[in-house]
Amino acid sequence: MTALLDVQRLSKSFGGLRVTDDVSFTLSSGDRVALIGPNGAGKTTLVNQLSGDLLPSGGRILLGGVDVTTASIPERVRGGLVRTFQVTRLFTSLTVAENVALAVMQRRGLTKRMFSSVIDRADVRDEWQSVLSLLGIGHLAATPVTKLAYGQQRLLDLAIGLAMKPRVLVLDEPAAGVPHDESPRILEAIGRMSPEIAILMIEHDMDLVFKFAKRVLVLANGALIFEGTPAEVKENDAVRAAYLGSYANARRAS
Amino acid sequence: MATLSVTSAPQSAAAGLRNDLIAAAVIAVVGAIGYFVFPDDLAFLIRVIGLAFLVISLDLVTGYCGVATLGHAALFGVGAYAAGNVCLAGVTDPILMLLTGVIAGTATGLMSGLLVTRFRGLPQLVLSIAFGQLVAALANKLSSITGGSDGLAGIAPGPVFGVFNFDMFGRTGYIFSVIVLLVTMVTLLRFSRSPFALMCRAIKDDTLRARMIGVAVYPRLVVMYCVAGAVAGLGGALTAINTGVVGLDSVGFERSAEALIMLILGGAGNLWGALIGAILFELFHHYVSAASPFHWMILIGLLLIVVVLFFPKGLVNEVTRRIGDLRQRRAAR
Repeated sequence: MTALLDVQRLSKSFGGLRVTDDVSFTLSSGDRVALIGPNGAGKTTLVNQLSGDLLPSGGRILLGGVDVTTASIPERVRGGLVRTFQVTRLFTSLTVAENVALAVMQRRGLTKRMFSSVIDRADVRDEWQSVLSLLGIGHLAATPVTKLAYGQQRLLDLAIGLAMKPRVLVLDEPAAGVPHDESPRILEAIGRMSPEIAILMIEHDMDLVFKFAKRVLVLANGALIFEGTPAEVKENDAVRAAYLGSYANARRAS
Repeated sequence: MATLSVTSAPQSAAAGLRNDLIAAAVIAVVGAIGYFVFPDDLAFLIRVIGLAFLVISLDLVTGYCGVATLGHAALFGVGAYAAGNVCLAGVTDPILMLLTGVIAGTATGLMSGLLVTRFRGLPQLVLSIAFGQLVAALANKLSSITGGSDGLAGIAPGPVFGVFNFDMFGRTGYIFSVIVLLVTMVTLLRFSRSPFALMCRAIKDDTLRARMIGVAVYPRLVVMYCVAGAVAGLGGALTAINTGVVGLDSVGFERSAEALIMLILGGAGNLWGALIGAILFELFHHYVSAASPFHWMILIGLLLIVVVLFFPKGLVNEVTRRIGDLRQRRAAR
């Protein structure tokens, strides 16, 4: 089976600093993969290259077999690659429903319409309502985004991503900034997403990572140092040294 | 008032139609009040309506898309010059003159948009000023088609629909202007609820996020600039029809800056805010400059400071927000 996302020997340098170092991995339909690594390992830089926000210095990115290494952001989105952000990025002058409906309408090629409001048309409404309900924020449809609690904003961020009907969804720390007791709600929401979507999640919260991922990629100093199941990652010495050591210490102290 | 809502929940088609009708009724009633209460000031009111088009047009790019511009009068002025020229060439039908203004404004909007929306922030502002200055300089130099510093004079439009002659008291001109404003406003209110306009607001909120849902931002902003150009060109043509002259002031920097002040006063991102901002500014200007010819600029400055301090989002946006809050509190009780 062709991989949905095939990252081949990706590298990125800023001057003499190599922030992505020969990274290769693949994602297939239904994958639940976590990307972990200590602060400064280059996780977000890697995601920015996948999404097209940053052009790599070398290597290739194939999306559904098509080379998108230098494709624009909208082209990648049309190819089914969608991402969310570490710091929530929402359309703050709009309501919750409008945020998600825009993604729905954009995907369906309706946002060029200038004289008819289609946000309330049955098929469009059904879609944004079902995405909002799936993430448990259906009751907030008419609420202005500025009045949402942070956890709800994170869920809306996911909802916008989902409304794009992605084939590959890249989640950049979906639980960042969410109170610890609320992060299970994020995980629950991700759990309800279509099993066909390939999900790559960057996350610091190890409890979340181990509950979510079937496979874990570990990044340190821009390079992939390990790939394996959560159980293998826990046992691996190199990973411990690079990352989990500090996590384990922190857990022991708390 | 339902029509004044800034951030609306999704609206049904019926609610949209109701809002359009309310909007049309409001403009018609206020227009009628102007006609009967201030019969001696129709020339002034006509001027206000002409400027309102410029401010509404500016709102489309600044309020809806977040484009910073201080060269917007170029779109208005080119529309005015174009309408004036076709009239002098023998096409005196006012509707055709308006159409000429729309086409010229759209073309100018396209050129301006292609240049200005390529950038964000200060470079964008500087480019908008440069474009405005360029058009103003051309208007001054190309005196064969603009009349240069003397202005383009002798524009004598024929009767509207071949029936209603423009009279010296401005009655026909006023009614004609109110109707054009009404049609434009209702059309634009529909437009402002469209997916296209909603996406423009999203681009203003967060351009990167908009791109991440697959939007090609630049072409969209250019299209919006064309729409704004059409509206500004229409206002320019209307002013040329009513006043019979087009001067250099219609493309000048001062006109662009004043339009921005009017927009901030009324409230950006809201078509009613643009309209009311233009009316309030011009009324203030009219009466205060009559009462105090030497100090009115100081008073305008003070007014703006007060508005920005106490109503940072503009009068209309602030008033509708407070009404909304009040309603919510009442509903919560």
